[in-house]
Amino acid sequence: MRRVILIAVPYLWLLALFLVPFVIVLKISLSDAAISIPPYTPTLDLSAGWQGIRDFLAALDFENFVWLTQDDLYWKAYLSSLWIALASTAMTLLAGYPIAYGMARAPEEWRPTLMMLVILPFWTSFLIRVYSWMGILSQEGVLNQFLLWLGVIDRPLMILNTNTAVYIGIVYTYLPFMILPIYAALDRMDNSLIEAAEDLGCSRLTAFWLVTVPLSKNGIIAGCFLVFIPALGEFVIPSLLGGSRTLMIGKVLWEEFFSNRDWPVASAVAVVLLLILVVPIVLFQRNQERQQEAEK
Amino acid sequence: MTIKSLALTAVLTLGATAALAEEVRVYNWSDYIDEELLTKFEEETGIKLIYDVFDSNEVLETKMLAGGSGYDVVVPSGTFLQRQIQAGAFQKLDKSKLPNLKNMWDVIMERTAQYDPGNEYSINYMWGTTGIGVNVNKVREVLGEDAPIDSLALIFDPANMEKLASCGVHFLDAPTEMIPAALKYLGEDPDSQDPKVIAKTEAVLSAVRPYVLKFHNSEYINALANGDICVAFGWSGDILQARDRADEAENGVEIAYNAPREGALMWFDQMAIPVDAPNPDGAHKFLNFIMDAKNMAQATNYVYYANGNLASQQYVLPEILEDPAIYPDEDTLKNLYTTTPYPPKVQRVVTRLWTKIKSGT
Repeated sequence: MRRVILIAVPYLWLLALFLVPFVIVLKISLSDAAISIPPYTPTLDLSAGWQGIRDFLAALDFENFVWLTQDDLYWKAYLSSLWIALASTAMTLLAGYPIAYGMARAPEEWRPTLMMLVILPFWTSFLIRVYSWMGILSQEGVLNQFLLWLGVIDRPLMILNTNTAVYIGIVYTYLPFMILPIYAALDRMDNSLIEAAEDLGCSRLTAFWLVTVPLSKNGIIAGCFLVFIPALGEFVIPSLLGGSRTLMIGKVLWEEFFSNRDWPVASAVAVVLLLILVVPIVLFQRNQERQQEAEK
Repeated sequence: MTIKSLALTAVLTLGATAALAEEVRVYNWSDYIDEELLTKFEEETGIKLIYDVFDSNEVLETKMLAGGSGYDVVVPSGTFLQRQIQAGAFQKLDKSKLPNLKNMWDVIMERTAQYDPGNEYSINYMWGTTGIGVNVNKVREVLGEDAPIDSLALIFDPANMEKLASCGVHFLDAPTEMIPAALKYLGEDPDSQDPKVIAKTEAVLSAVRPYVLKFHNSEYINALANGDICVAFGWSGDILQARDRADEAENGVEIAYNAPREGALMWFDQMAIPVDAPNPDGAHKFLNFIMDAKNMAQATNYVYYANGNLASQQYVLPEILEDPAIYPDEDTLKNLYTTTPYPPKVQRVVTRLWTKIKSGT
């Protein structure tokens, strides 16, 4: 009995928080847009009984998915989002690994403080933090003023409203998600392994590549997924920091939903986005399972 | 009565009063009212007012079409109102609860009837034009003394825009405003619903696109006032608010608003009551309060937009009433045009065109 409950809880979780919303979105993606409340047809009319359900199912079709293939906007936006997500994941890794490494190497008594410093930004609203970046990066902003004062530049740099600002925003926002799993992996690492490698003739750098990096692999993978998956569908950062040239699928989805008031096409965009994400999520899951197996 | 039951009664009474406190929820455009009016409404009626703001018709419309927004009064613009009425989003006004309707201005009601036949569902809050705001000195510095600050050529002629890019230009992020203007510039019918005609605007807008710093519906108020940008194509009252803020700041920035001489879009923001409003009775009280001549004048004196309330004009500041940029004279009025909603297929073409212009894709 206990076993059944143990298994049932995560499945119920999955059902309530993932499958049910997904089925609703999928259903809307198969409907047609209409000027009504809600703005699509058909809507399920249970009072008509079986006939109602049959009519409802008959009215659904894949027209909106066909539409997505007919306009190059969509695949360009998917590709551009993939690129931005991949590039910013790589940058976050490059920035996050040394920080995590430094934390793991720091004296034992410093570590809780360092950990605190990484987590501290979460105490402020995400939106406020993005807005402060607008203040830092704008033409009249702190960064430009500082660089002008230093004499490095003679006219303000255009950073806000460009893709550069989007990268800065994503790397900044998701950095803790990269640092924490890598730190967890490095923290558990047995230091005598490095000593052993060095005793056996490895230089410090070779020991790092041959011992430290492979042992933190799971942390790296977990961190990359935690950054990549939300970055791909990111909407707030590109819409606040990015310019109108920043093409990301989150913004396209917003426009379908709000400007075209075409919920069915917006839902189709969301379903495809989910399918794109399912691949890395499944890979991530596999990796986690394998890791757990290995630890047993 | 024991102390315990006394306390219980007290708690119950408190709870009951809290539940009975009447609320009206209003969803209006940002920077669009004198907030003293909100307090005044609460004092006069004893109703608690919850006031939220938005800055695009699209956001409001999505809330309306999703249903259950929880708002009692919302303020869509004409074309959006028309489509939302069609979708069944609003309830008819109970005119017996709106004695102040007598204050409304027949000239404006005739025009708003185009969107809401018989003005059955809405009252006019403010109306205005969409036009060009400039930082006079900066634009003259860049383009010379005879810069065409009252012409669409200022923002649609790449030769002008190339130079203006150095001091910053904002456009509205609203295809329903920008495309009619571009059509007017081309000498076409600004209310054209023909995708082929609409497509002609792509060349005009794409040619000046590289020189536009940002497409946004509200940032230009501050940006103009601070001197961050020198040109904005935006809503009349917002630009006049920028003028006012710059005056107050005494930062040497001089802002001017002009409705384009080629013709300007005239728009109407209408107050309406959602079909599922939790407190339609309170909503009527709010509408009636707003239609009071003095209250409406107070709002206009604050936001620099003309209103659809004739009786309020005796309380409107003379500098506002006599400013042709706000209350246009007969000649300008003739030069104003209105638009109608796009059918869904055309709407898709328009949005797609807009994305293409903005993103280059």
